[in-house]
Amino acid sequence: MTDPKNTGAKKVDLKKLKPYGDIMGDGTLQICFTLPVEASAEAREAAVQLTEKMGLDQIKVATMESVGKGFSMFVIYGNLPHTVDFTKIEVIKVDAEKRGRDELDEVIKTHIGRKLVVLGACTGYDAHTVGIDAIMNMKGFAGDYGLERYQWLDARNLGAQVLNEELIKLAISEKADAILVSKVVTQHNIHIRDLKDLMSRAAKAGLTERLIFVAGGPRVTHPLALECGFDAGFGVGTKPSDVASYIVEEFLRRRERYDGIPNPLKVDAAPTEARTKISKAALKSKKGNARKKLTRKIEVKFGKAKKKSKKTSQGRKAKK
Amino acid sequence: MAHLKLDIQKISRCRELAESISIPVEEMIKAHTTIAIERTTLRLIGVNGAVKRNGQWYPEVNAICDDLHTDLIASEKGNLPLSRGVLHYFVNGMIQKKMTPAELGKAVAEKKVNLLKLPFAPDSEIRALAKSLCEKGRDWVISSKKYRDDLRKEVGDKFDPEGKNGPLLYVIVATGNIHDDVTQARAAAQAGADAIAVIRSTAQSLIDYVPHGATTEGFGGTYATQENFRIMREALDDESRKLGRYIRLTNYCSGLCMPEIAALGAVERLDFLLNDAMYGILFRDINMKRTLIDQHFSRRIIALSKIVIHTGEDNYLTTADAVENGHQVLASQFINERFALNAKMTPDQMGLGHAQEMDPEHPNVFLLEIARAQMTRDIFPKSPIKFMPPTRHKCGDIFYSHLMDAMFNFVGVLTGQTIQLLGMMTEAMHTPLLQDRWIAIRNAKYIFNGARELGNEITYKPGGMIEKWAEKVLNETHELLEMIAKKGMFGAISERAFAEVKRTETGGKGLDGVILRGPNYLNPFFDLL
Repeated sequence: MTDPKNTGAKKVDLKKLKPYGDIMGDGTLQICFTLPVEASAEAREAAVQLTEKMGLDQIKVATMESVGKGFSMFVIYGNLPHTVDFTKIEVIKVDAEKRGRDELDEVIKTHIGRKLVVLGACTGYDAHTVGIDAIMNMKGFAGDYGLERYQWLDARNLGAQVLNEELIKLAISEKADAILVSKVVTQHNIHIRDLKDLMSRAAKAGLTERLIFVAGGPRVTHPLALECGFDAGFGVGTKPSDVASYIVEEFLRRRERYDGIPNPLKVDAAPTEARTKISKAALKSKKGNARKKLTRKIEVKFGKAKKKSKKTSQGRKAKK
Repeated sequence: MAHLKLDIQKISRCRELAESISIPVEEMIKAHTTIAIERTTLRLIGVNGAVKRNGQWYPEVNAICDDLHTDLIASEKGNLPLSRGVLHYFVNGMIQKKMTPAELGKAVAEKKVNLLKLPFAPDSEIRALAKSLCEKGRDWVISSKKYRDDLRKEVGDKFDPEGKNGPLLYVIVATGNIHDDVTQARAAAQAGADAIAVIRSTAQSLIDYVPHGATTEGFGGTYATQENFRIMREALDDESRKLGRYIRLTNYCSGLCMPEIAALGAVERLDFLLNDAMYGILFRDINMKRTLIDQHFSRRIIALSKIVIHTGEDNYLTTADAVENGHQVLASQFINERFALNAKMTPDQMGLGHAQEMDPEHPNVFLLEIARAQMTRDIFPKSPIKFMPPTRHKCGDIFYSHLMDAMFNFVGVLTGQTIQLLGMMTEAMHTPLLQDRWIAIRNAKYIFNGARELGNEITYKPGGMIEKWAEKVLNETHELLEMIAKKGMFGAISERAFAEVKRTETGGKGLDGVILRGPNYLNPFFDLL
């Protein structure tokens, strides 16, 4: 890729993608870290050697700062020789087309004819309601109204520190259609433990078939949510309408699967580019990467559902 | 320093309203005690051990008070043992068993002595001994304060409540392990931090006892315990001496153990405590009565120990829109000020809180933030204003985040804020790394130095955007306080006067720990503090 004789601007080689600084293919990387030793010539050398071990070339130490007695911080630039084949990248995404509030209200009104009950909570010891509030509260987030504002959603924000046990009870007594769980605190992976615990309780209560479970939070990703047994996960920057779009679409998919009522939102043609979805290929892919491990885990976990959902074209693909 | 031209009469009217709002609440406070106040009383007379229960340390004060407090919910008649005050039974126990508070505390917690099954000494004898024990407790608080004052003199301390020496650099540590916290705190102090706050483990506020001993595991922070306070203060004493600059220590005085933390903070020489009259009610769903009664007793201890409190008005801005909710902040500041005065605190102890949380893309957002910060400074000129950084609109873009913090620091120094909680560029990602804190401190030092006298060089344009915004916020505050005064504090909170949160008088956690004082209620601390 780097041809020093070629002076013209180069085009990106998607088969050999690498970081870009100011010349295509330069592989420029900036890194910053602290070493628990006093700033010194030896500390600098140690930082360079560590950076070499990361596989970087042309290492430049931009600065070494003393950040406390016995601690030195480095800002380092280097060039990365590694590449990835961008054309082979596959990502598991939430399967839902983005719709607006009015459209979603209309879909529920016309095709469901009753309000969907959505319960939102921060579970366990988590007291940080910023996330769930942004999604649930009337006001919403970044100009996108919260679920409470949807005429055809019966959205209830249960607030902070709701115990999983309590949430399951409420899900049953309130006949919930969807459960939203927000996790902000992640120390010692408590969010993962809490999320998995909720899903094992849900499975015991026989709720996982019809009830839609959605996880959210700054450190939550869709694959992580799937790994914890949830149906979908939403991270930073998620708008209430993203979540509502998913809930409505997923509700209709399941209704089709279990009650045989055709899904009015179903796109008959093959998946289009516009739809963010998990392609079957992505999940069956044997091409080795981190996703493979994840997929396998999901397959094991949802082995039972596998047979069933094979019959449906759009159902719960993530869980096959 | 440039000042805003504000309607002085309207400000006075707001203070009058805050006072009238507090009157019925104060009457309620005077008629009650709480299980937490009773535990605090025992702690201050020297019961600070713990017993093992289910493999965990459980404080003796809890074991003692729990036993005296059983069947409360069934009875509700107010003639329960604790309505006389724990001291009546405990001091009698000391007389009967000829034990010290520490010895009796251990014996009762281990169930070797039952306080209700002892013969009773004459009331006058119990009262006399109780008084002398509480005097010793008070002296413990006073001598701890004196030690702190002496240390500040010895090493040098530039803190000025009115913010005349520029904002104090305040950073947090939150590793979950007190020993790692010490490492991070020392490094922060060496980099230039003036105050260290040890963030508390998530939801400790809802645990109805203070954990015991040094702790090495927490969630989102480190447990507040007496031993953790001592370990960190000892490290900061050492660091203060080495640096020739007094380093302050902060912890949380909120939740179900609010008064106990005040007592432990006072005797372990904490400098700052996060303490808000309404925070627990609104954001932790702790019962209103419990919170208000507890905050009063906490603040009585704080008044004596001269700790500076920080109020939590930043929370109104993180949970609701910061552009629209400036008046809730100011109204809450007036109420917090009034409750603090009622607990004998002085204005220089009231670190009234607020935050720079407006949407960074809002047009002229800095003008509005300057208006908010300057009006807080000008309305509470004697108080050490605590200014909190952007968090709500922070995301993983650490470079943009760092810039937001820089502008926050600029507003802070320009408007003469006293205590600047430095923003972290990795806010919303993880608890701060050592390098994050260093970068934040460097940012603040650069801006506080470079713009030190700027506030003295400018004036606000009369009738300009900044002044008009301040006027609007003050007007809305006045209206909100009128409404609260009309409906009463409890009624207003049950109608979402603050943070769009609804709480009821009988809802929330901890109501079962609220106890009507009987006619013979004994607690000399109410006279001594």
